Amino acid sequence: MLRRLKFIGALGVMLLMALLVSAEQRFPPPDFENGYSLPSTSTPAARQLWLQYGDTAVFLAALGTAVWLIYKKRSRRGVFWLSLFSLAYFGFYRKGCICPIGSPQNIVYGLFNPGYAVPLTVLIFCFAPIVVALFGGRAFCAGVCPQGALQDLVLIKPIVVPPWLEHALGVVPYIFLGAGLICAGTGTGFLICRYDPFVPFFRLSGGTFILTFGAAFLLMGMFVGRPYCRFLCPYGGLLRVASLASKWRVRVTPDTCTQCRLCEQSCPFGAMREPPSPETNPKWLRAERKRLGWLLALLPVLILAGAWGGSKFSPTAAQLNPTVALAERYARQQIHPVEYGLMTPEALSLQRAADNPAAILTQAADLRRRFALACALFGGWVGLVIGVKLAALSVRPSRTDFEPDRGACFACARCFTACPNERVRLGLAPAAQGAEPL
Amino acid sequence: MDAKPPEDSAVTRRQFLRNGARLLAMTGLGVAAGGLATRSTGAATVWQIDPAKCLRCGNCATKCVLEQSAVKCVHAYAVCGYCQLCTGFFAPEPNALTTAAENQLCPTGAIKRTYVEDPYYQYSIDEQLCIGCAKCVEGCNRFGNGSLFLQIRHDRCLNCNECAISRTCPGDAFRRVPVDHPYLLKTTSR
Ligand code: SF4
Ligand code: SF4
Ligand code: SF4
Ligand code: SF4
Repeated sequence: MLRRLKFIGALGVMLLMALLVSAEQRFPPPDFENGYSLPSTSTPAARQLWLQYGDTAVFLAALGTAVWLIYKKRSRRGVFWLSLFSLAYFGFYRKGCICPIGSPQNIVYGLFNPGYAVPLTVLIFCFAPIVVALFGGRAFCAGVCPQGALQDLVLIKPIVVPPWLEHALGVVPYIFLGAGLICAGTGTGFLICRYDPFVPFFRLSGGTFILTFGAAFLLMGMFVGRPYCRFLCPYGGLLRVASLASKWRVRVTPDTCTQCRLCEQSCPFGAMREPPSPETNPKWLRAERKRLGWLLALLPVLILAGAWGGSKFSPTAAQLNPTVALAERYARQQIHPVEYGLMTPEALSLQRAADNPAAILTQAADLRRRFALACALFGGWVGLVIGVKLAALSVRPSRTDFEPDRGACFACARCFTACPNERVRLGLAPAAQGAEPL
Repeated sequence: MDAKPPEDSAVTRRQFLRNGARLLAMTGLGVAAGGLATRSTGAATVWQIDPAKCLRCGNCATKCVLEQSAVKCVHAYAVCGYCQLCTGFFAPEPNALTTAAENQLCPTGAIKRTYVEDPYYQYSIDEQLCIGCAKCVEGCNRFGNGSLFLQIRHDRCLNCNECAISRTCPGDAFRRVPVDHPYLLKTTSR
């Protein structure tokens, strides 16, 4: 009892003092008489800038080495060791953060949120692999991307994904890219980083959901070559498009293709393509052209329909944004109050909204407007992606050899040694087995 | 190679398209990179908590991607009153003003209380033990000087592209700060 009284007394004195000096500190910092000196608050530094530039240098060097290994050395073993290095460095040492896959979000976020200056390192991480892809294909995916390397490691028995499924799932990365970019542009968050299945493994920690998601991808990756790369990775989508315009291409054979078909099954990612049969029926050709024409004419319709559908979807999508969600919860709270526990995040955020409702509501209104535009763009983008995919299916390939599809090829160099000419070049087979050099 | 002429022209046409597309893409990338680079300050940023906006909800202990949150409690000694009855250290209505565990607010006993001179005590945080739950911060801010507050500790933080705690912070307290000034320390109580 006495203790209780003492406590209340002490509290009373404290409150009194608090009132007296309320303008500044409740309890003025004491003047010590015994020479006590104030400790200072420790401030351990963040990773130094020069180390970040070091990362960028390692990144560019790895990219260059990848190109050299694929085109000059034509060495699968080299590419393999390089990818292991990248897995160790960018994956487990750098914990998967600073990675090109999420970087387009930073770019878009920087474009629409003037307060954020895109750091130079992010610019380089985002653009360098694309520039390389424009000249030499997806060298980044082959040797530098830790996510890709991890999937390459777990692949034991690749099965063939049926073409219809491959094509259908092939549009997902672009849709994911669109979703990630509108979320970044509206300041809603970085979806692509949030749903990266492998980064939790690099960090050796993560939530249940994302760990399950990652484990599912790894399991699938044992039988389907690089499932994330092919069916989800948005940056891979960008590189795929860039590689379509690449100057040099990955070639199975070092010199001439003898059409021996030995490389046909060598790509675990379904990127190897047969040359089209030379005898084309002009009737078919005409039908194909006609179909392509129709599909191209359909494109604007698909885009418009997508944009219309997207804008319908915008009020729902806007709720992804925490501020919009808070504003809506605040508005609902005025009609149907819900009791949240004391000091819970829900209660505290409502309190923040209640303290200054005007600020939250105007912010939310502005965000909703942004979302209306962003969702229309997103819908149009989805329409465009589907339309282009359909049209691309009816374009005749122009190859004359067995060669990997420019876009789908990860440049991993696995197929090279399937070619007898390559084996001759490497001295693994006598020249007689190969074709005559030109 | 005995490709027929029409195919040949198709091949060169494609080559032409490809070159054009590459030129276009390079120009686009160049313009974008140039534009962004002039706006880029070069300075990289890291995440930090604005102590003035933190509502002490407790998310910081659980929402970080790290098993042990990168957020810890820090102490601005110059703001502290060195109170004998520290409302950041003691649970409400403590049995006695002693360091016995049942009197402490901190669930992990991370705050060290040491006697300085009558009637003043120094409070310091053992970061190995602190889980960033903000209980002490709430106690100190509600009844005391507010010298305890949460900060992201950059020797632990991975500097995620998107801080996982920031998404759920009810106070909207997270923001990016320049890497050479990575802390938002308190110098006054409010
Ligand atoms: S597709 Fe994506 S995840 Fe796969 S290797 Fe390329 S960038 Fe990495
Ligand atoms: S999540 Fe925000 S409000 Fe909650 S403790 Fe952390 S900084 Fe404070
Ligand atoms: S009460 Fe929570 S935030 Fe404060 S020192 Fe203890 S663990 Fe850290
Ligand atoms: S940036 Fe990442 S590591 Fe740092 S506090 Fe936030 S979630 Fe934790």
